[in-house]
Amino acid sequence: MANKTVKVIKINADECNGCRACEAICSAFHATPKYGTTNPAKARIHVNWDPLRNLYVPVYGGPYVEAECLGRDRYVIGEKEYDECLFCRAVACPSRDLFKDPDSGLPLRCDMCEDDPSLKEPMCVQVCLVDALTYEEREEEMEEEKEKLDELEMGLETLIDKYGFDKVADTLARISISKQAET
Amino acid sequence: MRYAETGYNLEIDLSTGNIERVETDPRLTELHLGGLGTNAKILWDRVPPEVDPLSPDNLLIFSAGLLDGTPAIGANRTIITSFSPQTLLMGFSMMGGFFGPELKYAGYDKVIIRGKSPDLVYLWINNDKVEIRDASHLQGKGALETAEFIKEELNEPKVQIAAIGLAGENRVYFASIEHGRSSASRLGLGAVMGSKGLKAIAVRGTKDINIAKPDKFWEICQEVLKYIEYRLQNPIKGVPAILSMIGSPQEMMLHDEQWHTTSFSWGHARYRRKDFWNEEVAKNWAESQRNAIERLVSCYNCPVRCGAIIRHPSLPTHRYMMKCYSKLTYVMAAMTDDLAFGFKIAGLAQEYGLDGYTTPQVMAFATELYDNGILTDEEMPGFPSNNEERFFYLLEKIVRREGIGDVLANGVYWAARQIGKGAEKFDHNTTKKHEQMVIKLGMLNPLYFLMYATGEKGNITQIEGQIPQTPLPKGYREEFVKDWIQVPTGKEERFKRFILEWGDEGKSFPFWPPPDLVCELVDWQETMHYIDDATGICAGLSSFPIKPPYHIHNLSCLISAGTGLDIDEEGLWEIARRNRNLVRVINVRRGLRREDERPPEDHWKKRFPEYEEKLLDEYYKYRGWNREGIPTKETLEGLGLDYVAEDDMIKKEILKEGVSLGGTTVKATKKQ
Repeated sequence: MANKTVKVIKINADECNGCRACEAICSAFHATPKYGTTNPAKARIHVNWDPLRNLYVPVYGGPYVEAECLGRDRYVIGEKEYDECLFCRAVACPSRDLFKDPDSGLPLRCDMCEDDPSLKEPMCVQVCLVDALTYEEREEEMEEEKEKLDELEMGLETLIDKYGFDKVADTLARISISKQAET
Repeated sequence: MRYAETGYNLEIDLSTGNIERVETDPRLTELHLGGLGTNAKILWDRVPPEVDPLSPDNLLIFSAGLLDGTPAIGANRTIITSFSPQTLLMGFSMMGGFFGPELKYAGYDKVIIRGKSPDLVYLWINNDKVEIRDASHLQGKGALETAEFIKEELNEPKVQIAAIGLAGENRVYFASIEHGRSSASRLGLGAVMGSKGLKAIAVRGTKDINIAKPDKFWEICQEVLKYIEYRLQNPIKGVPAILSMIGSPQEMMLHDEQWHTTSFSWGHARYRRKDFWNEEVAKNWAESQRNAIERLVSCYNCPVRCGAIIRHPSLPTHRYMMKCYSKLTYVMAAMTDDLAFGFKIAGLAQEYGLDGYTTPQVMAFATELYDNGILTDEEMPGFPSNNEERFFYLLEKIVRREGIGDVLANGVYWAARQIGKGAEKFDHNTTKKHEQMVIKLGMLNPLYFLMYATGEKGNITQIEGQIPQTPLPKGYREEFVKDWIQVPTGKEERFKRFILEWGDEGKSFPFWPPPDLVCELVDWQETMHYIDDATGICAGLSSFPIKPPYHIHNLSCLISAGTGLDIDEEGLWEIARRNRNLVRVINVRRGLRREDERPPEDHWKKRFPEYEEKLLDEYYKYRGWNREGIPTKETLEGLGLDYVAEDDMIKKEILKEGVSLGGTTVKATKKQ
């Protein structure tokens, strides 16, 4: 058992003004070079947005899924009806375009803007002056868990799902041979 | 690689169905930036002056601003430009929201529409895939309803839509183009869209927008954001609440409407009700507003909540979105004390796609004609006795162009002349054939005189800004100028002294400040708007409020870092001047002359015809225009607009330049 800092972005959907600044800055922060491009379709946060139903639900890219789920439940909260998908954080879900890079199809997952030196708050929280997004850190006792997949591994997993392990392994081997031949 | 802009326009010919993606000339960005500036260049080059605004040869341009889609806070405006069926001059209208940025992400700076489709269609722009689609099933549908239909039909929850309602289809001269939270309302561009058989444009984009110097660009954005936060917490002291904030006047957030209801005029821009606002009204209006508003909302990438989602059970969409002043325009024009009426009729009018400024004035005008026996039950059968009901009656007639509605749909100026029988006398609040702000004040304001008279945009809120509308009370002035960082370099001393002295003995309108200072103050106000109109940054964060987050100093740095161009403060000022002059000559070529540059006759009670002429002379001289308000050859050449000076009609008009101007010839005044 060990102490761990848990980073939390709290979402207050009632305060959301639907400006999508979070999407814009998220995509710019994760661009190479940093802030070099903006493209909300590459953001790791997405505001589910339906003004004429007064429906505003910001959601972050979370766990990677290989297949779409069976459930399509609907929730009634207040007087509004919400589709389950609206709250779903699944990254790269085949049933929708969210949290997938529009060019490569690779998954886009929130990393809390990890940076060196680290930021005081993730960028989406910094630009949200209406406080729909706020940041909290809390200490929690956690069981040691095995290292999470990093982005590269996650990307490779996606490619493996798409093309099969053998094809990806063959391609990597072929690239590494040709790179060695170049040098 | 192109920075900030995409470098491509979409050219659509609705007559032939031809669609082309055309690379733009980067030199034009250096000269005009984008938005209004490059729109004007296209109109100058491609629409001859004799073209009827509602003919297929007119162009309708939807342009994103240069900085739309970048992380620049509040850079989200869509600048729609064409020729106006009402004024017959260049029609200039803009909207906030999400359309401009989405267009950029789809890979285009502008959509340029020409021709006329034989059947009603809508345009679907999905990155590289562009389709003209049948819209016959949307005929007669409301603007908001249409957007919802298209969203569902395309199964694209993130699509952004600009659409017209029934008014645009029926070519009402004050029809708007609606985009959810925003609308391009002024000068009847919805009618131009209707004349082309175009019901809507839907756009979705998933491409990158590049920034030339990313770190520098974001650094400036962060400073702007910090200043926005500061200004939201620190309203300006010494001015009415509604003018103390940033954004458009915060009429969705604030209930206190004392300033608008007691300073602006009611009815057909006739009566001031100086004692209208009292505790009971304040209480009732606050309650109406609370009942109507479900959420305060913003445009793309902006924390200021100028808009609101309004409940409206009788609309097909059950809700609509309102922005600032339309809350009051119908209420005040109908002379009703019930704010709930305003929320109700504004929603219906938005669904029909009508301008919230002009429409209530046209209806108040018709009501006035009826009350004066010029219009009768013959023209208006079953006209109700109650003003609120009258407005609903007129709304239906106008959007359908039914009976008297067919005449009223052309706006006050044309309707007055078509009706005759003395109706012309009731056309008292238009300039250049367009309805103006409903203001009836006492003393001539020389700054506003020039802005109303010479403004090309038809709407004072797109011309004015930066400066309080009345002198600051003593005791507030020193504090105001202490951190007035927005003032242009070299003007600090003069402008600050103006604020410090304004209102002192002998330092009051109309003869103070002296004309040269009046011109400089007007130039500053106009210039900041012309910059915003090119960048797409919202005037509510920049040219419109007092002490805005964007100003000439950080804008030149921001534009340079975004585009990679090297533009300093002076260079930016020159671009704005170039755009101002280009818009000017486009209108000159269509017949605009000095005699048209008249604010509404009774805008101020105390007028000074001789002094007003002098103000116009001084302003024209300051701008490098001749006595008719036409830019001189030297002015045009100095701005790199030589090709304009070579235009046959302009050449003919410039030949008149030897005209005497207050003792000096135009040529001699050009040195300044």
